[in-house]
Amino acid sequence: MGFHQISVKVNGNDEVVTVSSNMTLLRMLRESLALTGTKNGCAAGECGACTVMLNGEPVNSCMVLAVEVDGQEITTIEGLAKDGQLDIVQKTIIEKGGVQCGFCTPGMLISARALLNRNPHPTEEQVVEALVGNLCRCTGYSRIIESVQAAAERS
Amino acid sequence: MTSAHPGLPEFDYVKPAGLKEASQFLAQHAPEARPFSGGTDTFVRMRDGFFNPKYLVDVKGLEGTRVLKIDEKEGLTIGAAIPMNRVVAFAEASRYPLLVEAAKSVASYQLRSRATIIGNICNASPAGDTIGACLAYQGVLNIHGVDGPKTLPLNGFFTGPGKNLLKPGDIVLSITLPVPPKGHAGRYIKLGRNRLSDLSIVGISAMGVKDSSTKSGYKFHLAIASVAPVPFIPAKAEEILANNALNTETIILAAQAAMDAVTPIDDVRGSAQYRKFMVRNLVNRAVTEIMQKLSA
Ligand SMILES: Cc1cc2nc3c(=O)[nH]c(=O)nc-3n(C[C@H](O)[C@H](O)[C@H](O)COP(=O)(O)OP(=O)(O)OC[C@H]3O[C@@H](n4cnc5c(N)ncnc54)[C@H](O)[C@@H]3O)c2cc1C
Repeated sequence: MGFHQISVKVNGNDEVVTVSSNMTLLRMLRESLALTGTKNGCAAGECGACTVMLNGEPVNSCMVLAVEVDGQEITTIEGLAKDGQLDIVQKTIIEKGGVQCGFCTPGMLISARALLNRNPHPTEEQVVEALVGNLCRCTGYSRIIESVQAAAERS
Repeated sequence: MTSAHPGLPEFDYVKPAGLKEASQFLAQHAPEARPFSGGTDTFVRMRDGFFNPKYLVDVKGLEGTRVLKIDEKEGLTIGAAIPMNRVVAFAEASRYPLLVEAAKSVASYQLRSRATIIGNICNASPAGDTIGACLAYQGVLNIHGVDGPKTLPLNGFFTGPGKNLLKPGDIVLSITLPVPPKGHAGRYIKLGRNRLSDLSIVGISAMGVKDSSTKSGYKFHLAIASVAPVPFIPAKAEEILANNALNTETIILAAQAAMDAVTPIDDVRGSAQYRKFMVRNLVNRAVTEIMQKLSA
């Protein structure tokens, strides 16, 4: 099987990684770069636990090959806080109690941040639509949706 | 590491530099080589053991696959490397409202960052949500094969579930949707097990326009997902809508004709009988809503 050397910017850092053809972006982040904030849930594009940003757009990292991100930019949950300051949506999800077990939270926050970047003042319906690919088995979603709305109000 | 689904099986990732090389490689290594665009169908099938290709050929760098443009004469062309979210966000795509509505119904936002319309078409699933819109807009596929470029109309492209007319070496570069009739209205009604993000139990693509050449003064294009081995065009229903005064009774007759023509199966998402009834009800609803839009 083929191996490829790729250059990729992850959370602002330039990385050079050797990846096999069948390595997913998810596995590269977790196993080659030790960025274990991104979670492996269904490995089939359904649950959204592995959501990261690829050039600013959220993707299921289990559905992208590592070799495909050569020359691209990735943002994971570890890259959301800036200068030791949590992102506003990280703050509001803590305040509103939008986290229980926490497994879905990294993917949820990436989807939420990407939504707020493309639409700073979404309606409730738009928040629901943007998070439809992020499953949560604990919270019942209400508090997560409220957190995103609160973040939008404050920014 | 253990996970609910196994990792991807071994294969070689190939990124050809040019079209000629790509088509030749695919043809020489058929059926062990497979082209892919977004990979959202391909990777799932590989994990589930349905596909076991030795080579995956990434088409996204190839000439002609990155196009997303509107031409006043030719219409809208969407390349194989263009994910659905970019089509939805493309301002000019709003001239094809049925396509935009159908694309937005696929999976989730993050899946649509990768999933492509060309992949949806080539996958040839009877459930493919964007196929009906591409049929209704009379789409034509732009293909590169071992003998060079060629085109194929989408109508007639599907030959069975997961089967189409592509030959080894064929790469779909893009689809062109001709300029749609002025003043047309469209509606995609997707019935899933939940309101958002499921595959369709039934999907109704409907496009209608005022047309002085028909008896009714209207022309409709319909296509139905998940009710036959291939995306289904209910021709009899379209004829009824063209040939009779367009009132509630005519719409009921057309919807009944669509129901009688479909041949769905029972599966995890719904029974054949339920699908048939839903075809009747939802064709009725889609046509009624389009008539309201056209007379508004
Ligand atoms: C979680 C999840 C949810 C989904 N929900 C939906 C849904 O709601 N509605 C829906 O319709 N689909 C759905 N799908 C299926 C899939 O996302 C779509 O069919 C998508 O449009 C496929 O596009 P792709 O570019 O990712 O395809 P790929 O996986 O790249 O390719 C699909 C097929 O087409 C072939 N192919 C791809 N590109 C070319 C090309 N340029 N030339 C020749 N052959 C080519 C491949 O060999 C493969 O057989 C879902 C999938 C997942 C994983």
